[in-house]
Amino acid sequence: MKRKIWGTILLPVLAIAGISSLVALKSDLRSKLNHYNAPADNASLTLQPGFSASVIAENLGAARHLFVTPQGEIYVKLQGAKDGKGILLLHQANGKAEVKATFGNGGTGIYVKNGYLYASTDEEVYRYKLNAQNEVVNTNKPELIVTGLLSRHEHEAKAITLDNAGHLYVNIGAYSNSCQVKDRQKGSMGQKGCPILDSAGGIWQFSASKPNQHYGDGIRYATGLRNVVGLDWNKQLNQLFVMQHGRDQLHDLFPQYYDTKQSAELPAECLYAIKKGDNAGWPYMYYDQIQHKKILMPEYGGDGKKEGGQTAINPVAAYPGHLAPDGLLFYTGTQFPAKYKNGAFIAFHGSWNRAPEPQAGYFVVFQPFKNGKPFGKWEVFANGFAGTAEQTAAGRAVHRPCGLAQGPDGSLYVSDDSKGSIYKITYKK
Amino acid sequence: MIGFKKTALFLISIVALYSCSHSSNKKVSAADLGKSVAAGQLIYTQNCASCHQVDGGGVQHMNPPLNKTTYVLGDKTELIKIVLNGFNKNVDINGGTYSNVMASHDFLKDQEIADVLTYVRNSFGNKADAITVDEVKDVRAANKK
Repeated sequence: MKRKIWGTILLPVLAIAGISSLVALKSDLRSKLNHYNAPADNASLTLQPGFSASVIAENLGAARHLFVTPQGEIYVKLQGAKDGKGILLLHQANGKAEVKATFGNGGTGIYVKNGYLYASTDEEVYRYKLNAQNEVVNTNKPELIVTGLLSRHEHEAKAITLDNAGHLYVNIGAYSNSCQVKDRQKGSMGQKGCPILDSAGGIWQFSASKPNQHYGDGIRYATGLRNVVGLDWNKQLNQLFVMQHGRDQLHDLFPQYYDTKQSAELPAECLYAIKKGDNAGWPYMYYDQIQHKKILMPEYGGDGKKEGGQTAINPVAAYPGHLAPDGLLFYTGTQFPAKYKNGAFIAFHGSWNRAPEPQAGYFVVFQPFKNGKPFGKWEVFANGFAGTAEQTAAGRAVHRPCGLAQGPDGSLYVSDDSKGSIYKITYKK
Repeated sequence: MIGFKKTALFLISIVALYSCSHSSNKKVSAADLGKSVAAGQLIYTQNCASCHQVDGGGVQHMNPPLNKTTYVLGDKTELIKIVLNGFNKNVDINGGTYSNVMASHDFLKDQEIADVLTYVRNSFGNKADAITVDEVKDVRAANKK
């Protein structure tokens, strides 16, 4: 209510300021507005009723994925190593988390399973032995588990998760937007029998304990996935779930079929329930969440209407385009209300490929599940990471949610890879 | 959009004033520079903004910024070549690295390349002399050899 009043006062003032080019006045008002909008609690986030949030750590670096141990210690993986170290161990006390140790290389994936800390760079997965308190025994002696994975600048992050049967799952993103002969080149069509799929554009399964594995030691568990950063093993269903980043630039490359608005909304960011051997269809099709159809990719003869991907699996849920899902977590705790149990949290890192339309995302979504399937409409669970509406629309987000983790008491942890904050979200009746 | 146009007009007038008082660019008159910047903005919106963003600030880790970098403000021939040939080198740009490939934009006409580069060199806080259609023509001819 108060925000609306401020908006009506501010808009004409801004217009006058713009006309007379009184830049100083404009920025002064803007800073007042920001200050006014910032709530003292909930770490400036807007949450569902009954939830509260706090920032427990700041300025850590590009905090990608994170994992909270049963003891409440937090392992955080940094994208670019900070001061030469890519893994942080944070200790929680008095509502804050302090850096207790730093070690290892930078990357994205981090996970604790069966007495080991698993971590990935953009080419390798390695693990550290943990003691009974889930502390790393020797930070200088990681064991190399998988090596030699493709990393060609694009979609290079190797997100990981593990199942309960001794397997490690690694995303190997396609080093391409849509498998054109020339990547992102207007007029260049799709490569026949897209060769990228041999070594990327899917999820590979490896042994979680065998050292020095290469491609030949693994299985291409699922293919036709352009890029996955958010993935989780659903322990209730004993099944892998992944969030795909859909393709970019439909309007740039095919303006005859897509206007800028369609290009901002399409294609869907998809949640897939994966079975061994599944094909999600990239680069031959994309999923259109408005038509609820699998559409033939324009690089392969599509026009935005022709259907495609007859042998490709359907997503179990679909979300607006370009929101960039970087974190996926099935909630198994009891702290949150019953409807959250076994549902999925998704961290949407936020868009860039909606320009010149306004950017969107930069929030955490909750997808309710019932009987192992998405049930009902998804809701924005935590919003406001980006800052003001203006910062959101311009894509100049202050914070960007990336990783998700569940604490031993059922709290939800969110990492921010822009400013390096860690948020803790709790529920109070 | 209105704000954008105003900013462009404002920029054009600043650039025009600057050129008049300094007459540093002998080839391009202030009026022609203004025309080129205005035309370049349209080319930019259609071909560049989805990656480099409307404000020219780029996207962290993915698409580089166009403000205050030597790639934009430095050697004109190299800049024209980036538009003609695309760019796929893993380089540090003002302390950041960027993963996305830039595709070749050789389908743009010489005039369009001159305009869009003149717009980029005089927007987002940048201030540099215009790129002329003759300069683009020369680089394109040499580029083919």
